[in-house]
Amino acid sequence: MWHALLAGVLVSAVCALVGTFVVLRGMSFVGDALAHGVLPGVATATLAGLSPILGAFVGAGVMMGGVALVSKRTRLSNDTAIGLMFVLMLSIGVMVISKSDDFRGDLTQVLFGEILAVSTARIFWLAITVLVVGAVVYVARRPFLLSCMDADLVRTSGFSPSKTQIVLHALIGVTVVASFNAVGTLLVFGMLVAPAATGALLARRLQTMMLIAFITGCVSTYAGLTISYHADLAAGATVIVVAVAIFLVVMTIQEVIRLSRPREIEVGHHLHTHDHDHNHAVPGRGL
Amino acid sequence: MSASIVAKSLCAGYGNLGVISHVDFDLQPGGLMVLIGTNGSGKSTLLKTLAGIISPVDGEVLVLGELPGSSPENVAYLPQHPKTSGVLPLRAKDIVAMGRFARQGLLGRSTAIDSEAVDKAMKRTGVDAITNRSLAEMSGGQQQRTHLAQVLAREADVLLIDEPTAGLDANGREAVKQILREERSRGCAVVLATHDLEDAEDADLVMLLAHRVVAVGTPSQVLTDANLRACFGFTDRH
Repeated sequence: MWHALLAGVLVSAVCALVGTFVVLRGMSFVGDALAHGVLPGVATATLAGLSPILGAFVGAGVMMGGVALVSKRTRLSNDTAIGLMFVLMLSIGVMVISKSDDFRGDLTQVLFGEILAVSTARIFWLAITVLVVGAVVYVARRPFLLSCMDADLVRTSGFSPSKTQIVLHALIGVTVVASFNAVGTLLVFGMLVAPAATGALLARRLQTMMLIAFITGCVSTYAGLTISYHADLAAGATVIVVAVAIFLVVMTIQEVIRLSRPREIEVGHHLHTHDHDHNHAVPGRGL
Repeated sequence: MSASIVAKSLCAGYGNLGVISHVDFDLQPGGLMVLIGTNGSGKSTLLKTLAGIISPVDGEVLVLGELPGSSPENVAYLPQHPKTSGVLPLRAKDIVAMGRFARQGLLGRSTAIDSEAVDKAMKRTGVDAITNRSLAEMSGGQQQRTHLAQVLAREADVLLIDEPTAGLDANGREAVKQILREERSRGCAVVLATHDLEDAEDADLVMLLAHRVVAVGTPSQVLTDANLRACFGFTDRH
């Protein structure tokens, strides 16, 4: 159980770091596609007796290389390229799995993870991943932040939009590969998006959003594991359900607060705007 | 004194498709060039070329003696409609501070000079009154001011600004003009794209665009009835 909790905390940390930018840039589809795109790599590596992690890395690399190739060589949108590679990789994964009777028993583990059976070695590598991803996010924080607003702003600030995109895709790939052993290829996407989305609802600063995403991920892990233990449910799936439930609860509370105070907000906003406009209605001061 | 921007037989466009060609001008430090034309006349395309966002289709252009985009720390660009997302967890102060990123690079630390430049830009545009307000909480005008403050915070030698007065009232337009005068007085060259002929009052150079360069020169040379008719299809300046 402690291993599972520790793994959950580390997955929460790496997903908070990367998921924040996935949510802010509207890259959820890339995250989802990458999470599924590693499947053939994992399946092939497992059948060949190689490391599933290595297979996952190759799968993620092929997936993103294919997306880049289709986007560059055609006039199709990036979205379409991602969709094409997504279904291709998922289908190949299913084909590989269908050819081996031995592998079917492991399919559930690949798709949904086995958080209760995460080894010490996997936790060690997860910790290393958190450190590396954290360092990259820190170094690239400025182009990442600019890219959340506008690709042109990245370029006119002296950074490369394409390199920024590649680094962010690589980070998503690394996060998926590092986390799939704990929560599975299908569910790692949930950890990338749900806690960060909760953070986006509540935060007024980027660092706060990451912190809220991390805390939400940790709470989801603890609550999910506890619920799954007592109710005899799949641990990984329960963690994700809790994470999405937290988002829905926060969203509902915000909506109720908003609906319960329409007049106050309207009046307050009007007065402030009026006062503000009055203060700045002099040349050289306001626009 | 060498020119801040030099364009010779420049053709600006996307890929191999020229949107506007035969662009020739020199803009000196402290100078103001106003690009005037209707929607789709090539104003924004030319600004994006000068900013280094798109490559010239043909011809030559140098900004501060280098190819466009070579010295981002000294060139600031404000697009017509800066893309903003309400979900971004950024306060006005954070957005303005992003204007200093070009000077800080990847690893540079934020210094007292950066803080001073940000505070000064916020004060000049009135954004200091909404320092902690998030994008989602700002009105359109407040977002416009915040983005202008971001550009000013860079303390660049060349300002490229696309329609900064669109949607502003008379006081707002005058405030923008005053800010641009101040920028020019410290030696900053300004290229301003606009629909509004009044914005050309202070200009050293005016370029009338209508998918081609209709005329370029001083306001009195360019803003003639014949040129305005060729550019807009009418001559009423108001």
